[in-house]
Amino acid sequence: MTELVLLFIGAALVNNFLLTRFLGICPFLGVTRELKAGVGMGIAVTAVMVASVLVIWPIYHWGLAPLGLEYLQTILFILVIAAMVQVLEMIIRKFMPALYRAFGIYLPLITTNCAILGLALLMVGENYTFLQSLVFAIGSGAGITLAMAMMAAIREELELVDVPPSLQGTGVALITAGIMALSFMGFAGLSS
Amino acid sequence: MMASQVEKKPNVYLEDLSEGLWKRTPPLFTALGMCPSLAVTTAAVYGMAMGLSTTVVLVGSTVLISLFRRAIPRQTRIPIYTVAVATLVTITELVLKGFFPEIHQVLGLFIPLIVVNCIILGRIESFAAQHTPARALADSLGYGLGFTWALTLIGAIREILGAGTLFGLRVMPAAFVPWAIMRTPAGAFWTMGILVGVITLWRQRGAARRVTIPGVGLQRMREAAEGGETA
Repeated sequence: MTELVLLFIGAALVNNFLLTRFLGICPFLGVTRELKAGVGMGIAVTAVMVASVLVIWPIYHWGLAPLGLEYLQTILFILVIAAMVQVLEMIIRKFMPALYRAFGIYLPLITTNCAILGLALLMVGENYTFLQSLVFAIGSGAGITLAMAMMAAIREELELVDVPPSLQGTGVALITAGIMALSFMGFAGLSS
Repeated sequence: MMASQVEKKPNVYLEDLSEGLWKRTPPLFTALGMCPSLAVTTAAVYGMAMGLSTTVVLVGSTVLISLFRRAIPRQTRIPIYTVAVATLVTITELVLKGFFPEIHQVLGLFIPLIVVNCIILGRIESFAAQHTPARALADSLGYGLGFTWALTLIGAIREILGAGTLFGLRVMPAAFVPWAIMRTPAGAFWTMGILVGVITLWRQRGAARRVTIPGVGLQRMREAAEGGETA
């Protein structure tokens, strides 16, 4: 149990996907202009992460590994993720049209969000059990949602600040992200 | 074959090449491919290795897709592109693992993640799928080499300030105390943010020489406050 809690904290804070591992930076800079869209994107990414563990873990450990076909992992994982994102997109478009409009072009881009494929590759690379993988996915998703929400909240305030013209947009967002990354380094002692 | 085409229409190919090479070079001029640009650029040589690996996959996949562009059905094109890219990435990864194990060790996760680099699917979808293999080659070579110089530059800045060396050779005076922060994630974000700012400044100055409005943020604040009152 303790081990799972540490895994969760490690994934969410110490090795935060966005601020320490640099996975999923495109939506981090792209859809964090509004708090609602930022949080929505974070939750969508978390949902896809959990779903991808449910599908990819059995495929890898019961399919690829026994057959000695581990080198096919990249090709297979990306196909599974692409199919899953398609399904999620249809569900969101049907039931949450407001959220769908807020995401704009970024929803199909969850497929090319390196956080999802990165999670799958890390999970098999670290040889996590099924339960560990699930906790890892939820922790990573929580960390991404937290960072996205913080970033979006800061950027909403930045809209009202006199930022030098050359730094407006991506420049100031990156510098803000750097300060956030610096503060997240403070978590480094919490767990390995 | 390619050479003769180049002689006939020199401008088209040079233009295709220059677009990625310096006009819209990712990640500095267009915000694409951010993750590898931040993650592996702790030293110039790693940035260069990452850029070159991406170039190999980019050139291979765009030329391949361009060759088969008439045979690929529109509805299933994205999965087909993805499989083509993933196959090339797997080959690149195995070659790196076999011949350059140290580089493979450092780039680690970011080699298989070339699959999801937005530059690659972007160039396939918006260029290679509609143009001849020769033009696709020029375009992807431009973007690939552009990405390589950008990553090498970011890596060089972080290496010089973070370790006092460039490509492993000492360039800073012996008294220089390396800024350890430049090797951390925070340093990556700052280097990129400041580079983007400098480039924007340079473009704004060069392009229009238009009058910058000081206090544009203040203006917006006033507008927001007024909007809040009326609402």
